[in-house]
Amino acid sequence: MIESKDIEKLAQLSRIKLSEQEKGSFFKEIDAILEYLGQIKEAGGGEKNIESVVVVKNVLRDDKDAHEEGFFTESILRASPSKEGDFIKVKKII
Amino acid sequence: MIDIRGLTIQKTQQAFKEKTFSVKDLVEVYLKNINSKNKELNAYLEVFSDVLAEANVAQKRINSGDGGLLTGIPIAIKDNILVSGKKASAGSKILEGFISPYDSTVISKLKNEGAIILGRTNMDEFAMGSSTENSAYGPTGNPHDTERVAGGSSGGSAAAVSAGLSLAALGSDTGGSVRQPASFCGCVGLKPTYGAVSRFGLMALGSSLDQIGPITNSVEDSRIIFDAIKGTDAKDSTSFYEEKEKIKPKKIGIPTHLLKMGGIHPDVLANFDESVKIFEKLGFQIKEIELPNVKYSLAVYYVIMPAEASSNLARYDGIRYGFHSEGENIIDDYFSTRGLGFGPEPRRRIMLGTYVLSSGYYDAYYNRAVAVKSLIKSDFKNVFKDVDVVILPTTPTPAFKKGEKTKSPLEMYLADIFTVPANISGLPAISVPSGFSKSSENAGNLPLGLQIIAPEYCEDRLFDVGGQFFKVKNVN
Repeated sequence: MIESKDIEKLAQLSRIKLSEQEKGSFFKEIDAILEYLGQIKEAGGGEKNIESVVVVKNVLRDDKDAHEEGFFTESILRASPSKEGDFIKVKKII
Repeated sequence: MIDIRGLTIQKTQQAFKEKTFSVKDLVEVYLKNINSKNKELNAYLEVFSDVLAEANVAQKRINSGDGGLLTGIPIAIKDNILVSGKKASAGSKILEGFISPYDSTVISKLKNEGAIILGRTNMDEFAMGSSTENSAYGPTGNPHDTERVAGGSSGGSAAAVSAGLSLAALGSDTGGSVRQPASFCGCVGLKPTYGAVSRFGLMALGSSLDQIGPITNSVEDSRIIFDAIKGTDAKDSTSFYEEKEKIKPKKIGIPTHLLKMGGIHPDVLANFDESVKIFEKLGFQIKEIELPNVKYSLAVYYVIMPAEASSNLARYDGIRYGFHSEGENIIDDYFSTRGLGFGPEPRRRIMLGTYVLSSGYYDAYYNRAVAVKSLIKSDFKNVFKDVDVVILPTTPTPAFKKGEKTKSPLEMYLADIFTVPANISGLPAISVPSGFSKSSENAGNLPLGLQIIAPEYCEDRLFDVGGQFFKVKNVN
């Protein structure tokens, strides 16, 4: 199903640091899970294209009645581990 | 001393009214029980310091005749549901020090009713698990046998209600996380119709699956809490509730083919047969039904849920909330924070979700799973033309021993085989205590649950059928 180098790629894409030992154990576990998931190929008599009967639509609120500017700033900033004034502070990007 | 065994919301209101005991008397009993039992069970992560003050406020409301059904009722809350000004960890280290900036809609509704929020309960990290062993704060013990798990992911909520540490609790159910622990602990657990209860202020796991539901001592209590928390909410665009025309349920469908899959404990099968006999005696018509695609539910679930979780958990980056681990540069901060802050199960599911959404595999896994989901939905739609509810066991086995399944994630996932179909198809389902596992290895003391599934927005059928069954099984 997957190769052990795929785990490094997935960890990279997921922004997760793994130890060497974890790379090995996650590889084995995810490989076994993917093998189990493979059975969805047989569903619907193995038919390639299954027509979806589920109709899902987005529900958006009206773009009006905005709250007062800065109303939530303080309570939201309080959750952040590093801030300066009314901003979240991060390391230099460029 | 108040005897809280067999206590229900209505009996409590009666006692408040007749002044048999006060709200404070009742809350003090639960606090005392928490004090003596929580160390062993690890059901609560925190008991709130203001509960006695809240009890006073509720008492005044009752005295002035302004109380409702939930006024003064102690309720425990799963730790992924936000309560303004209180810590919320979702059982994870990555939210260390996080304080909820607002109330979730369910909490606002309970507070308006005058319910007493006792504290926050233990859970599998970000609701990922079936045993509460994935909590960063240690596993929860099953009150019926503390060597065994309470189930999960709402294990703390179920153990609290079961052991008399709360009168009722809220949990969240993405693949069985309310019903499975309720079954393991001998409580009633409800997963409402997808969208029936607002998820504003619930930490997201699988957004197309998550629902908040009550864990209670009786079916009637489940109905009372559901009525209090249901409804469309402008703050959750996926919420929608409508009353459906009520019918008197008469026909029960049994998908016998799903019980022949293997891996089901003989006690569960024997208990299920007994339950069917009870329904026959109650005058229900029993019909064998076919749900041909439901056997793929768990596989579909383990594609869709990790896919959605990998996206939902991207927000835990060490910048927005709580825990932060320093790296050499900003991207290194992410790697380090997420590597150390998330336990193994969230990391496993984030990587699995990233895999099934990656460009080369998107069609084979994610799109395929979404298509099969629609087949499963049609399966149920078809049988509900013929029967009023469907019944299944809630779990394939009674509560297992701590550590028994932690080595194999896939084996742990199989614990949800009977509960996942209701999430995949968005249907309401309830687990009602159905007796005990009688095998000698269990010493005849492990609870089992019967699951009832109904069409969308037909929770009333669950309360009707479940209520009749509950009366036969639990003579109060």
